[in-house]
Amino acid sequence: MTTDLFVQSLTSGLTQGCIYALIGLGFTIIFSVTGIINFAQGDFVMLGGMLSFFLAKSAGLSLLPALLLSILIATLIGAVLYLLAIRTARRASVVSLIIITIGAAIFIRGIAGRIWGANPVAPPFFTGDSPLSILGASIQPQALWIIGTTLVATIVLHLFFSYTMMGKALKACAMNRTAATFVGINPRMMALIAFAMAAALGALGGVIIAPLSTTSYNVGAMLGLKGFVAASVGGFRSQIVTVIGGIMLGLVESLAVALNWGPFTSAYKEAIALVVLLLILLIRSRKLSEEERAG
Amino acid sequence: MLAILKRNKWSYLAMVAFLFLLILLPSQWFLGQKTFLLTLIGINTMVTVGLCLLMGYTGQVSLGQAAFFGIGAYFSAILSTRYDVNPWLAMLIAAMVTGAFAYVIGYPIFRLRGNYLAMATLGLGIIVWIMFKELSQYTGGPDGLGGIPNLSIGGFAFDSNLKRYFMVWFFCVCVLLISQNIVRSRTGRALRAIHSSEAAAESVGINIAQFKVKIFVLSAVFASLAGSLYAHHTHAISPSSFDFLGSVMILVMAVVGGLASIWGAIFGAATIQYLKSEILVQLGNNDVIVYGLLLMLVMIFMPKGLFVSLRDVYNGWRQRRSQRGVVT
Amino acid sequence: MRTWLYLLLVAVLLAAVIPMTGCGGNEANEPYKVGAIFATTGFNAPLGEPEQQTVNMMVEQINANGGINGHPIEVIAYNNESVAANCATLADKLINDDKVVAIIGPTGTGDSNAIVDTCDNAEIPLISCAAGISIITPTATNDKHWIFSTPQTTVMVVQRLYDYLNTQNISTVGIITDTAGFGADGKANLSAQASTYGITITSAQTYNTDDPGMETQLGIIRDSGAEAVICWGTNPGPAIVARNMVTLGMTIPLFCSHGIAFQSFIDLAGSAANGVIFPAGKLPIADNLTDADPQKTLLLKYRDDFNAKYGNGKANTFGGHAYDALSIVVKALENAVQESPKTINSNDDTLKAVRAKIRDYIEGNINSIGFPATGGFPGTGGVFNMSADNHNGLSKDCLVMVQIVNKKWTRLQ
Repeated sequence: MTTDLFVQSLTSGLTQGCIYALIGLGFTIIFSVTGIINFAQGDFVMLGGMLSFFLAKSAGLSLLPALLLSILIATLIGAVLYLLAIRTARRASVVSLIIITIGAAIFIRGIAGRIWGANPVAPPFFTGDSPLSILGASIQPQALWIIGTTLVATIVLHLFFSYTMMGKALKACAMNRTAATFVGINPRMMALIAFAMAAALGALGGVIIAPLSTTSYNVGAMLGLKGFVAASVGGFRSQIVTVIGGIMLGLVESLAVALNWGPFTSAYKEAIALVVLLLILLIRSRKLSEEERAG
Repeated sequence: MLAILKRNKWSYLAMVAFLFLLILLPSQWFLGQKTFLLTLIGINTMVTVGLCLLMGYTGQVSLGQAAFFGIGAYFSAILSTRYDVNPWLAMLIAAMVTGAFAYVIGYPIFRLRGNYLAMATLGLGIIVWIMFKELSQYTGGPDGLGGIPNLSIGGFAFDSNLKRYFMVWFFCVCVLLISQNIVRSRTGRALRAIHSSEAAAESVGINIAQFKVKIFVLSAVFASLAGSLYAHHTHAISPSSFDFLGSVMILVMAVVGGLASIWGAIFGAATIQYLKSEILVQLGNNDVIVYGLLLMLVMIFMPKGLFVSLRDVYNGWRQRRSQRGVVT
Repeated sequence: MRTWLYLLLVAVLLAAVIPMTGCGGNEANEPYKVGAIFATTGFNAPLGEPEQQTVNMMVEQINANGGINGHPIEVIAYNNESVAANCATLADKLINDDKVVAIIGPTGTGDSNAIVDTCDNAEIPLISCAAGISIITPTATNDKHWIFSTPQTTVMVVQRLYDYLNTQNISTVGIITDTAGFGADGKANLSAQASTYGITITSAQTYNTDDPGMETQLGIIRDSGAEAVICWGTNPGPAIVARNMVTLGMTIPLFCSHGIAFQSFIDLAGSAANGVIFPAGKLPIADNLTDADPQKTLLLKYRDDFNAKYGNGKANTFGGHAYDALSIVVKALENAVQESPKTINSNDDTLKAVRAKIRDYIEGNINSIGFPATGGFPGTGGVFNMSADNHNGLSKDCLVMVQIVNKKWTRLQ
């Protein structure tokens, strides 16, 4: 492998990893606050991308309004999902909630496919597509947008959770739902906010990556899975570790391709992600059972 | 083993009635046209029962059952088409391989609980699916394998929908009886103990891990058996049947039937398969939308499964009726 | 006790099912019923959707023009959701419940292979819209007597491409293929045919359908010293490959498969699409055909009608495969079937006989014997010459080499 190729695969991996990180953050926020795995998370990403394309094209909006409106609409859909599907289910079991969010994902995907058709689309690049050369690798300006936005989002979220009232309330809910109610926090309101935030994050990820990777109605499934793995690295609780996990996943995938080992086809990239997931879970299971025995 | 005989006479009658129904169903005056569907229901019942046992009696979620279903199907298909192995032997080998596989991954995986266990089974299911797609030398790749022969005994080949219907349901009834047996036996009591309280179960000396893995292996073997029969029924298989959505469908069949019930598995399988073949197909490409919507609605309003919820509604109505009689 | 309740419920379910099994339309003018299976959702949807749309459009047109010998036609179409196993259920439904005279589709090779045995056993003609040659190749258990297909097979497409590479003296290529069925099929054929044409594959890379960037794979191909890149897949992969090649500053030519014969490829790839060359049926360059070409009129009509109904630029070669399949069945009904739909729909023996007649007609007459003036039956994919040992009827000469110049399709050869 030449140095150029190595650097190239690093930049590709980093770019992709940032997307996984954003999706992973969405999973983490919802899970930590509500204990629910949102299988529709990847589809929020899809909605962000698809909406930005069709708002820009059909409604003729210019770039920034289209992006903001896409994220807003996706956030609303996330809130509606929570209100209509999750909250109505009341004290549903783990299995029920899993099936509900899966049903929601399928439903959203189906509607998207019906409205927008099956063909992939690509919104316009934010700042054009003239490649930049960094350390011998060619990188699209859009990739820099992706990396930059992820960084900013991570920092903003960290500040939000650490220094704002709302953020701290969410964190309290994440730590201990019952105790949070004692101090006057409404867990259902927190859950609603968590869903809305996750949808917004997902849609943000969607709008920044869609110009580069193109998007279509069913990209949600695979993206969701990768983000899921990123979130599992962070134990579904730590945001920073989730982001690191996502980026590492992207890098590992990219390097695996760069190594160019014969029998390894790209399909195995997902297998890598999942093996990582299983290893993480198994390592954590040891920790969990140790805690249980101790406590 | 003798648990079967410890039943009351109503159970016997119910059993006989059920068998009678099974024999009558595929006749021309009844549902003969739907024999293909009825056979599919039988196959899916076998997979669903395994999951019902796992989830209902041990409380463990599995989002990857389609993997075992697929391993059974692929081993049967590959061995009988490419290596000319007797299909019955292939089915046996498939079941053993699947069982061994479940045994090996069972122990590490069942140290996890709840959501984490679900995630682990999810991951496993997808890894297996990727293997189906990528080991194309053996599995035929994304387009799958065709030309799978019929099962046969001596010169008698199961080459028509009707013949396969009876063969599949024969296996299915056996699976149901075995499951029923387990539930009513010591093992079953142990399982229910585990389900209600693992700590308590452990305190009376039940080896939890061992039981969970045992049931996991059993569910895997049932799924493998069903998968083999599936391969010999549709004569062609491809990875797309064994992906995450495939596992979801098995889960849905189990939940709709009611997790803690063996015979409910038939109901769950029948409902979902019927929905797929008769109702959703009429909707063109709106079928996905309706399916997603139904999943949400059923789980929101009838989380204990259609059957149990209907029974609750019925009981509730009866209760209110009798109460009304009191107030005059 | 519980068991009783269950049985009761099963009985109720059955009671709901039975009335469904006996429905029939009592229309004054009963239609000929043709079955179809397309993947309008799932990963094959970009191919299945235009196929379904084509059939819908054709049925409208045929019925508006008086139908077939005075009788309307009805196409009962089901969606297999890109899941091969669903095709088995759907085929069974079409054959036994809906009692169709022939089945067109399915969309994918795996989908089609799932039902070749069912159709063979049921003795009903199947005209597949998938390109795998395995569909029509006889096997030990199935002589494919009843199975036909309308797309140019992947073998042919690869051969046509390699022919062109030979004329351009390109002998080393790097291939990058989609891991899904279409791409995997392409990769297998590219590898298999390479040595026959004296072509060396210096690097074989893959990508997943939804991958956002293939720079790494292309970098490897560039470093392997290939003279050209061949990309085999359906959108969006090849468009991203095209863009990545521009990003990396790669100047070697990019060849793609017929999977990019969609306007959306040009929309997605933008200016990176210019210069890309691919083999395809004649639809993209229909305007450039000579008037003597027997396909010209029908290609232009199909394209214009499709675009008018579904949107500008939407017509593509995959919808064309469905057009050909249904046209062939319609021709068989017109010329070989005297029985009225009423007789067919009410008598199983007549149905059986009609299915056989359609099959015989397709094999015996969709060729230069039945259509001597045009040297075969003209369709969108090519001029068909079916025979007892060729159930596809096309050859690589039905394909043309197309290049995208100024975001428009132009003919090279």
